[in-house]
Amino acid sequence: MTAVELSHVNKQFSNMSYKALDDVSVQIEEGEFITILGSSGCGKTTLIKMLNRLYEPDGGAIRLFGKDIKEQDPVQLRRGIGYVIQQIGLFPHMTVRDNIATIPKILKWDKERIDEQVDRMLSLVRLEPKEFRDRYPAQLSGGQQQRIGLARALICDPPIMLLDEPFGAIDAINREKLQTELKRIHEESRKTYLFVTHDIREAFKLGTRVIIMDKGKILQFAKPEEIVNHPADEFVKNLLGASGIDNGDVSEWW
Amino acid sequence: MIKIVEYFKTNGGEYLGILGEHLRISIFVILIAMIIAIPLGIVSSRYQKLRIFFERFFGLLRIVPSLAILIICIPIIGTGVKPTVIALTILAIPPILINTAQAFINLPQPIIEAAVAMGMSNSSVFFKVKLPLAFPLMFAGIRTATVEVIASATLASYIGAGGLGDIIFTGLALLRMDLLLIGGGSVAILSLVIGFLLDSFYSYMTKYQRL
Repeated sequence: MTAVELSHVNKQFSNMSYKALDDVSVQIEEGEFITILGSSGCGKTTLIKMLNRLYEPDGGAIRLFGKDIKEQDPVQLRRGIGYVIQQIGLFPHMTVRDNIATIPKILKWDKERIDEQVDRMLSLVRLEPKEFRDRYPAQLSGGQQQRIGLARALICDPPIMLLDEPFGAIDAINREKLQTELKRIHEESRKTYLFVTHDIREAFKLGTRVIIMDKGKILQFAKPEEIVNHPADEFVKNLLGASGIDNGDVSEWW
Repeated sequence: MIKIVEYFKTNGGEYLGILGEHLRISIFVILIAMIIAIPLGIVSSRYQKLRIFFERFFGLLRIVPSLAILIICIPIIGTGVKPTVIALTILAIPPILINTAQAFINLPQPIIEAAVAMGMSNSSVFFKVKLPLAFPLMFAGIRTATVEVIASATLASYIGAGGLGDIIFTGLALLRMDLLLIGGGSVAILSLVIGFLLDSFYSYMTKYQRL
């Protein structure tokens, strides 16, 4: 089933000389892990912020599981979409438990179910529930905070996850670990993930398919091997060349 | 010193009444100022022109000495508690308003975005995220206003609203140093105690920042 479908989506911000999204059409199947790769200002963040209606398109249609998102209540729509950002955005005045339980509490789950699910989420992101449940975000390292960010986004088991450079501010060693664990979580859940990054290795390591964007346009949307073997144009070729991934067996890079 | 002790022996009950009056007026004024200044602060955090207007307007009003406002009020609303409350409210509004506006302007955007994106309704975002995050700066404004109001409420007795000013003005009239000391000292101690209580409340509410 098609999980995400954009057709001829346009978006122009008044302070930019070119369109953030320029007639973008794309189809993503359920269960895929899509990485969206591009430099800053290429429209990759705009693209995923359209899906949970943080931004509204100027034109075109966006459908999630066949349903036009324009016709859905934004609050309800967002509860079915996990969202993780580079700045993490944990609530500093709430404990880890309350951060993760934000939406379940609004949905009025009973206390046992919340506690059980919070602990399950903490285990899923490899943090010991007993040790971390009652801490405040200020008592966590950056990597631990982002694990909580993930747990908070995953607790309602959303069919779609949007991740905007989630590991961009995390040190290299922890980033590796988090990438591996995110991949595992995705494989266990088989939900649809859209992951924005400007790190080509991260994009190729995680993505079942990779979208390469520049100046609001999708230049190539394909499996990593195919991009390496058949780059769509000069821009993609240069991108691969600049990062040393331009020939031979891709898998040796990760 | 002996006179001060004597004062409390003979007028202890009356003193407590005056102290209570002083506190009641101050608390009442702060509540009214909060009811006016917090919504105005929140609204003006969204509109820069409005904010500048409010800041200047109340800033100007604030320059007018409270005593002058009291006297201007007399022909319009007479003497007693009402003009006192008005004059002190004008004094208390600017710090609360300005700090509330700044608190809401400086809310960390990624946290608000995360709250909206996870599917919190506008009112949830406001009460569960924005308001708690704005609290420290807002509260600093409320604290400033409260201490100022307690000190300035002394003037209230000038136009017959009672409070600790009564003791000071009586002392001035009778040239009695003991009364001046009791009155002035009480205002100072009251300000310090209330300030301390507010600080304790602040520490309790923001303990998550110091872990």
